[in-house]
Amino acid sequence: MNAAKSWLKAYVPDLNCSDQEFMDKMTLSGTKCEGFERMDKNLEKIVVGQIEKIERHPDADKLIVCQVNVGTETIQIVTGAPNVKEGDKVPVVLDGGKVAGGHDGSPLPENGIEIKAGKLRGVDSFGMMCSIEELGSDRNMYPEAPENGIYIFSDDVKVGDDAVEVLGLHDTRFEFEVTSNRVDCYSILGLAREAAATFDLPFKAPEVKVNETSEKVEDYISVEVKDPDLCPRYCARVVKNIKIEPSPEWMQRRLASSGIRPINNLVDITNYVMEEYGQPMHAFDLDTVAGNKIVVKRGVDGEQFQTLDGQMRTLDHDVLMICDGEKEIGIAGIMGGENSKITDDVKTVLFEAATFNGANIRKSAKRVGIRSDASGKFEKGLDPNNAEAAINRACQLIDELGCGEVVSGIVDVKEPIKPLVQLPFEPDFYNGLLGTDIDKNDMLAIFKKLEIAYDESTNMLTCPSFRQDLLGKVDIAEEVARFFGYDKIPMTLPRGEATTGKLPFKLVVEKIASRVAMYCGFSQGMCYSFESPKVFDKLRIPEGDKLREAIRIANPLGEDFSIMRTTSLNGILSSLSTNFNRRNKNVRLFEIANIYVPKSLPLTELPDERSQFTLGFYGDGDFFTMKGVLEQFFSELGMTEEREYDPSVKRPYLHPGRQADIVYKGVKVGYLGQVHPMVAQAYEIKGNVYVAVIDLPEILDFVTFDRKYEGIARFPAVTRDLSLVVPKNIMVGQIESMIRQRGGKLLENLELFDVYEGDQISAGFKSVAYSLSFRAKDRTLDENDVSGAMKKILNGLTSMGIELRA
Amino acid sequence: MKEKLLKIKEEALAQISKSQTLEQLNEVRVSQLGKKGALTEILKGMKDVSAEERPKIGQLVNETRAEIEAVLEEARKKMEAIVMEAKLAQETIDVTLPAKTMKVGHMHPNTRALEEVENIFIGMGYEVVEGPDVERDYYNFEALNIPADHPAKDEQDTFYISGDILLRTQTSSTQVHEMEKGKLPIRMIAPGRVFRSDEVDATHSPSFHQIEGLVIDKNITFADLKGTLSVFAKELFGEDTKVKFRPHHFPFTEPSAEMDVSCFKCGGKGCRFCKGEGWIEILGCGMVHPHVLEMSKIDPEEYVGFAFGVGLERIALLKYEIDDMRLLYENDVRFLDQF
Repeated sequence: MNAAKSWLKAYVPDLNCSDQEFMDKMTLSGTKCEGFERMDKNLEKIVVGQIEKIERHPDADKLIVCQVNVGTETIQIVTGAPNVKEGDKVPVVLDGGKVAGGHDGSPLPENGIEIKAGKLRGVDSFGMMCSIEELGSDRNMYPEAPENGIYIFSDDVKVGDDAVEVLGLHDTRFEFEVTSNRVDCYSILGLAREAAATFDLPFKAPEVKVNETSEKVEDYISVEVKDPDLCPRYCARVVKNIKIEPSPEWMQRRLASSGIRPINNLVDITNYVMEEYGQPMHAFDLDTVAGNKIVVKRGVDGEQFQTLDGQMRTLDHDVLMICDGEKEIGIAGIMGGENSKITDDVKTVLFEAATFNGANIRKSAKRVGIRSDASGKFEKGLDPNNAEAAINRACQLIDELGCGEVVSGIVDVKEPIKPLVQLPFEPDFYNGLLGTDIDKNDMLAIFKKLEIAYDESTNMLTCPSFRQDLLGKVDIAEEVARFFGYDKIPMTLPRGEATTGKLPFKLVVEKIASRVAMYCGFSQGMCYSFESPKVFDKLRIPEGDKLREAIRIANPLGEDFSIMRTTSLNGILSSLSTNFNRRNKNVRLFEIANIYVPKSLPLTELPDERSQFTLGFYGDGDFFTMKGVLEQFFSELGMTEEREYDPSVKRPYLHPGRQADIVYKGVKVGYLGQVHPMVAQAYEIKGNVYVAVIDLPEILDFVTFDRKYEGIARFPAVTRDLSLVVPKNIMVGQIESMIRQRGGKLLENLELFDVYEGDQISAGFKSVAYSLSFRAKDRTLDENDVSGAMKKILNGLTSMGIELRA
Repeated sequence: MKEKLLKIKEEALAQISKSQTLEQLNEVRVSQLGKKGALTEILKGMKDVSAEERPKIGQLVNETRAEIEAVLEEARKKMEAIVMEAKLAQETIDVTLPAKTMKVGHMHPNTRALEEVENIFIGMGYEVVEGPDVERDYYNFEALNIPADHPAKDEQDTFYISGDILLRTQTSSTQVHEMEKGKLPIRMIAPGRVFRSDEVDATHSPSFHQIEGLVIDKNITFADLKGTLSVFAKELFGEDTKVKFRPHHFPFTEPSAEMDVSCFKCGGKGCRFCKGEGWIEILGCGMVHPHVLEMSKIDPEEYVGFAFGVGLERIALLKYEIDDMRLLYENDVRFLDQF
């Protein structure tokens, strides 16, 4: 909401402060001012001049030489403007002055344009005559200004006067951010009221008195509201003998100051009152209203209706329509119809000021596809009392501006208007909530400024009807706080029962995960939760796979953000791809974030949100590098039992021979592997890419931070090397679990030191060599201990078809 | 005999002083003191010496041996020192050659900022909690005093899934879950992902993070809210940080406020960073609306509370002077490795 200082001052005449102070204080009292713009910025030394004589330039066809009386003297100005003639009064910027911009209306330079005396094609020129664009405005706001030419004043302005003043540009336009609860502040009057309260100055509302003809409005029009739930109030007045002409300059200037283009007196008055009162109005040509009757009712499903912008709109039962005796003539609160719109030869006008159900207007506007200034105001839910005040104000202006004759009376169809909100005055509660010690008389003084009435005999406060946001005692407390000053409220810390600050277990585990990842060289990425359904194809996930059962967003930003991810792979691979593309070498990334697994589709209950610890890298390293990171991770979490790596699952996005599911105590907790070359290709990454995903909810039960000291071995270990010939299809994991199983308690460690296939080994076999170490905690082992264990191990291995290498 | 010994000694000392290497020294030792050395030869001739002379000669031999050994040892030490010095000199490296680093990964700037915030509030006795990203309308809107037709529902550009299920637009939903647990008092912060249908640009993202804060107890005041958030701002942005509270409106708090912090770049004088204002808007907050308490079965006559919500990305962008939000989700290591 924009408002010019001059317009606000019309209702707070004593308002006298700098623009910055106004902005700061309004913001601190709750009417947030986002900024302000001085309309006379960079306009310096500009006066009204009168052209006394025009001569041709001796050396340039397109230039003329003017003698211009600027009040104190007559100066010579050379110009190329085509539109001036002798006797014209024009804005003249004098030598050393400044204008806001160029004549072409391009964006204004920050510091304006300085004008200096000089020569144009050899002829002296001591200033410049200005177009409206050079004065920082445009023809929208000053419709009387010529296209491509010097602005020409009306004849009644005085030569030598400040031209900026004459144009009403010594003003400031403030930009307010009004919160949705303060519907009343979407109006100049509402803002002025807040300003008056903020600066503790008197507020002068416009005095509304309408001169009426002797005819009665009831003889012109009747109104029937069939759906009062959607239209709690409908006020109608009639104006006859309409004379359409430009509105007076003062009204044009005010509209321009709010950024509204002046059009003609009738339209301008409607816009003026909408700005001033915040109440949208509509004018119908009464001669087009069949049966002299207005009916307000719901639309008909599927019916087409042409709005006054010429567009066809599809109606439905929930769109409220303004109809006459025969047909629809407007979409209530949104836009009038083509069939009843005002033309230049309108004779009689029906004015409508109504209150519509805000939520209904908001939804209807969306469905019919129009968001007009009017609907924007109605959808906030307007005060029904304002409708009558606004329509009377409009009629007053009609009369004052000589725009027409106002027919006596008002047709006012309304639901019983809600009584004003009454609340007990509870100073202790307000102070208790705010942590303040404000005197109750100071509170009452604040209420008075805000037009909240206080009845001492009943101790009741009555809230004004325009303050629809005041409903309970906390709302009153806020009013006290706002005008006492948020900055004056002390700063304390909560007392009361002490509480323990902590992180939940899951977040502790996640922190450890990221710590391990970072120590291992992985940097943390963040990816979106939603992605494209195309990723399933990219990841080679077959049709019908569970992963494809993803939650769809009903109103996504686009197909690329339309499903909630069921796997974290696309995120990490896309990120690696970005890095690969940008030629970053040896990139290691991890992410900890949710996937969303629906329990059923379409969703009827909330999905399972599973936190995934996802790692990915390309460049230095291989499968076992990734495996090492995971082993480190498990060990940090106290998951010290044997982790099984099961290669049998064959996930389609991973290399079939270089992948494993990770199983801990019989539970699948994640997987790792080399990304399938075709998937890597789909992500445009060359070379091997490795990923690992740990499904964090699955490991939470296994995590322990308990540690017990087991002592440092005091007795020596005995080592034995074991060189084996193994059928090729047996994996070392199988050998190791056999060795562990048979080795018993004495087997402390086993270390693989060689795997070999080749010349010295027969086809179908490989050579695998281990170094085993045995140790007892309580004694030095003797030969018998070790050979016994070794024998058991060898027997076990033999049963697998493994032999000692000769 | 004596002369012989003296000669041996002189000969040995001469050889020692001539020696250039440890090997040559060793040769001296062998030739003079070894099994077949000159001194040993003397001892072998002892049998020809008379009985009374023998102890004297024996002593003399031993003295000579000790003397030679001492000189030898000294020479050896010197020689070794020289050798060591030469070796070390040869081993000299160029210490300005590049370091061999163990490359450690980096934390995402969001996480870095979040950890700071978490630590501040954990220190003040707040528990960190989480709520679901996919949420019911009730928790995201209705229980926060935003009923079905409330315009705020439109303002937040919600992503809907189906029926009453949506992607949460604010972490405030977690407030309701915590209050419903019925355990009072509450001091919590709830970080998490939120979603709004904003197109991606330098300052918008359809998915971002918030940190919600909630305190419910008896006798909590607006002054407590101001005090708490002032401590937070000072911890996060520096001891000299000033805070400013401006009235605002949120459906679930009343009175409500927005908090600005004095620009930590210029200290409040006004600079390009704070757009000349000296202040930077940082969060929204307020006293929990009695309707919100009631809906979660907390008696507003007995309990009061305050709540606040802060954008994590906003903090990260400000603190680390990141000028484009898109960088946070591209995961370019050249960006991430700066944190």
